[in-house]
Amino acid sequence: MFLTDEDKRMRDGAEGDAVAAAMDLLIRYGAALDADRLCSIRNVAGTMTQPSPVKARLVAEGGWDKAFAIINLDSDLDLTIPPMRIPTCQLQHGFGPDSVDIVPYPKANVELQSDGEAFYGAHGVQILATCTPYQVGNLPMRGEHCAWMESSAVIYANSVLGARTNCEGIASTGAASLTGRIPCWGNHRDENRFGTHLISVSGLTVESFQDWGMLGYFAGSVSGEDRPVITGSLSQPDLTELKHFGAAAATSGGVELYHIPGITPEAASVEAAFGPGARVPDAVVYGPAERAAVYETLNEIGSSTDVDFILLGCPHASLEQIRQAASLLDGKRLASGTELWIMAPRALKVMADRSGYTAVIERAGGQVLADSCPAMSRTAPAGTRVFATDSAKQAHYLPAILGIEAWFGTTEECIAAAVTGRWNGELR
Amino acid sequence: MSGKVVLHGRMVVPGSVEGEALVSHEPISGWGGIDPARGVVIEPRHELYGVCFTGKILVFPSAKGSSGWSGFFQTTRLSGTAPIGMVIGRISAKSALGAVVTRVPAITDLDADPCSVIATGDWLLLDNSTVEVTKR
Repeated sequence: MFLTDEDKRMRDGAEGDAVAAAMDLLIRYGAALDADRLCSIRNVAGTMTQPSPVKARLVAEGGWDKAFAIINLDSDLDLTIPPMRIPTCQLQHGFGPDSVDIVPYPKANVELQSDGEAFYGAHGVQILATCTPYQVGNLPMRGEHCAWMESSAVIYANSVLGARTNCEGIASTGAASLTGRIPCWGNHRDENRFGTHLISVSGLTVESFQDWGMLGYFAGSVSGEDRPVITGSLSQPDLTELKHFGAAAATSGGVELYHIPGITPEAASVEAAFGPGARVPDAVVYGPAERAAVYETLNEIGSSTDVDFILLGCPHASLEQIRQAASLLDGKRLASGTELWIMAPRALKVMADRSGYTAVIERAGGQVLADSCPAMSRTAPAGTRVFATDSAKQAHYLPAILGIEAWFGTTEECIAAAVTGRWNGELR
Repeated sequence: MSGKVVLHGRMVVPGSVEGEALVSHEPISGWGGIDPARGVVIEPRHELYGVCFTGKILVFPSAKGSSGWSGFFQTTRLSGTAPIGMVIGRISAKSALGAVVTRVPAITDLDADPCSVIATGDWLLLDNSTVEVTKR
């Protein structure tokens, strides 16, 4: 792999041992990818503060310097971690101190995470604490090279914003934050940004939040790790719908980049989406039968209609989603034994508080929670057996992570289940 | 079928190792797909659901799902539950970084589909850019 003089200086220790260890990891990683060089970046979204048993042990042994060295740089050296070289934010992690009386999340984790926030904040990390940094101020420009984790954020950055990032991991984002480098491979390169599969929506119009999520789940199962181009009968999507679509496509497959001709920035037309001179492949049709099959798949883990937990806000809710939930809950009361959590970025929770939405949701017995989610924290209300969600991603993952049953439906059906304690969803 | 087959590919993580193959024909998820404390696949719809990969050479077509993939496999190393090698059908950022931080010999871009040629239980010898398969 070609290294610039500055890359070599960092590798050889001119910026200290920690930066040298970071370059060593990037060189091993670049070789594993067969990348020919590194590219310069100044936008990292990674994770450092998220509690885990291994991290707790490492922090106890050698503080956060040791935890960062081993987990975020994959180095066994005794390192002192310098300030982040480039702008770096913390993605979603565990629950914070204000959730202690609401969420059955270990207090030791809350304390470990708060301690980590202090360490990393002092090292220049922005504690955004959300899977949707693009909702709260980290909005990369078109063409900007980044090193982001979080599959739902990566697909949004690439596809909706036209930024360039692979689906990075904990160690590569850690190394990037200390060097401003990442392998120039995959989505960073022009030739890897054209479509590979054509999906045509026909016989129905995709226009609801639920339908965008189901189409995303279908697109991921059709395209795997490749790049679907979506065309046909689509309404104009908004941020919330593409947030759901992308999270679902990254969950059922490994999609990191898609195009919707006329809507997303790198594809003015179907032909442009596949690149100059490329043959446009035959379309895979997404019609009523395919839609019904996706719905069945997402609901196959559900058997009992006695719902005890409703989860909204995966990926983290927009302010409008919180407002909608408040509107549906206004004047109602959750069923006894049923809990409702709406996950949101902390910055948007502050706005929801100020707008009065949180108070309406809390009066009904629900909660607006920041920083985390049941999947990241492996936490649900005590005794949860059956949950319902309007998120295709959460319906896919949570049964595996928590061993509970799942129902997937519309936001309205989820709120109705919270109020009645019964799941009564159907595909309309 | 018995005898030996040698596949040639591209080295992802250098090194030599030999051991028993565990083959997945479906992509593998890290976060939400494996339990690193036990070294077991936990995705309910997965063909390897409940199967332990500790001490095996994991043969799989690709990595899917969350960007936590590499971190989860790094945790298997730190927890003593890691596979001892990886044969990867199609490399991605997730699986490349995952192999690097698991610190086990890994190989990709083979001259035949490893998930069809290799069966669970076959004995494998990984040596930088070759995989010697002894059928069981």
